[in-house]
Amino acid sequence: MCETCGCGHPDNNITFRRPSHPHTHPHVHESSDDSHSRVIKIERDILAANKQLAERNRGYFEAKNIKTLNLVSAPGSGKTTLLVKTIETLKRDINFCVIEGDQQTMNDSERISATGAEVIQINTGNGCHLDADMINKAVKKLNVPENSVLVIENVGNLVCPALFDLGEAYRVVIMSVTEGDDKPLKYPNMFHTSDICLINKTDLLPYVDFDIAKAKEYALKANHHLRFFEISAKTGEGMNEWFDWLRGLK
Amino acid sequence: MHELSITMNILNIVEENAIDLNAKTVHEIEIDIGELSGVDDDALQFAMQCTVKSELLNHALLVINKIPAKARCKTCNHEFDVSDYYAECPECHGFDNDIYQGKELKIKSITID
Repeated sequence: MCETCGCGHPDNNITFRRPSHPHTHPHVHESSDDSHSRVIKIERDILAANKQLAERNRGYFEAKNIKTLNLVSAPGSGKTTLLVKTIETLKRDINFCVIEGDQQTMNDSERISATGAEVIQINTGNGCHLDADMINKAVKKLNVPENSVLVIENVGNLVCPALFDLGEAYRVVIMSVTEGDDKPLKYPNMFHTSDICLINKTDLLPYVDFDIAKAKEYALKANHHLRFFEISAKTGEGMNEWFDWLRGLK
Repeated sequence: MHELSITMNILNIVEENAIDLNAKTVHEIEIDIGELSGVDDDALQFAMQCTVKSELLNHALLVINKIPAKARCKTCNHEFDVSDYYAECPECHGFDNDIYQGKELKIKSITID
């Protein structure tokens, strides 16, 4: 294989073939060029540990009828304000629990706590995303009751959290009109893996160049099944549709 | 920098297997990375260099097989190569595609002594 760019003839690239029957034990081959070295077939998903834990979380949530949302966005899209307004309006209908993810500070969890909802803050330190293990531990500490809605506010980042399943039922991506309308093209992985897209801060549309139709068109290219809500968490515009959707989860 | 988390996962899985196999040293780790997996090769190699490793893994070379992305159109069943998530079907011009290859993140093999 070419040392510079990793390209090469496919035949040279493949060390050996996929076994014809499922193996539960490592498959050992003697390498021809060095009799002391052995090539061991591993065939394991790098994120298998996270995926397994995410499925455990998902099973627990389903058994307890806990509807779990994973809120993802760039920093500053208005996730926490949206969450505060949502909880304040719906707290008589829905029991909310919140897991807050940030690199540092308790600021967001304090804002959520003021609404009366149960909240736990995860500070990832240098980490750029939450993973299924963090959620597993947080849920045990939070003691989420049955029939509630658990909202996980992920670290503000449109790249890394896309790869880490947390066991959520719905991934909700939020973009705000103060960002570029081409966000879905720039960060397609996140839009591709989301179920719901909230377009926030629509009250600012008259002052910015954001084209909602274009943003939706781009997002739909990355994910044909995205469902949109155009909202202003600040003024309440469009929030009723979002609230109705949340009520429908119960 | 999720490549650092990915690297830690790779090293954990490899170390676990190498210990099970009574390996003295790991020479090479061969992995499949899909074009659309969201993982950057250079960042992964960089993270691999920066990570503190046990004696067993200290000299391990990371070999990355880049897996090209392929999609199947859900409307007309046409199969085609893609390089992003918003590719249009060249046959029917639809966007409802199933990307069936190119999201891999997998350890293929290790070479040990």
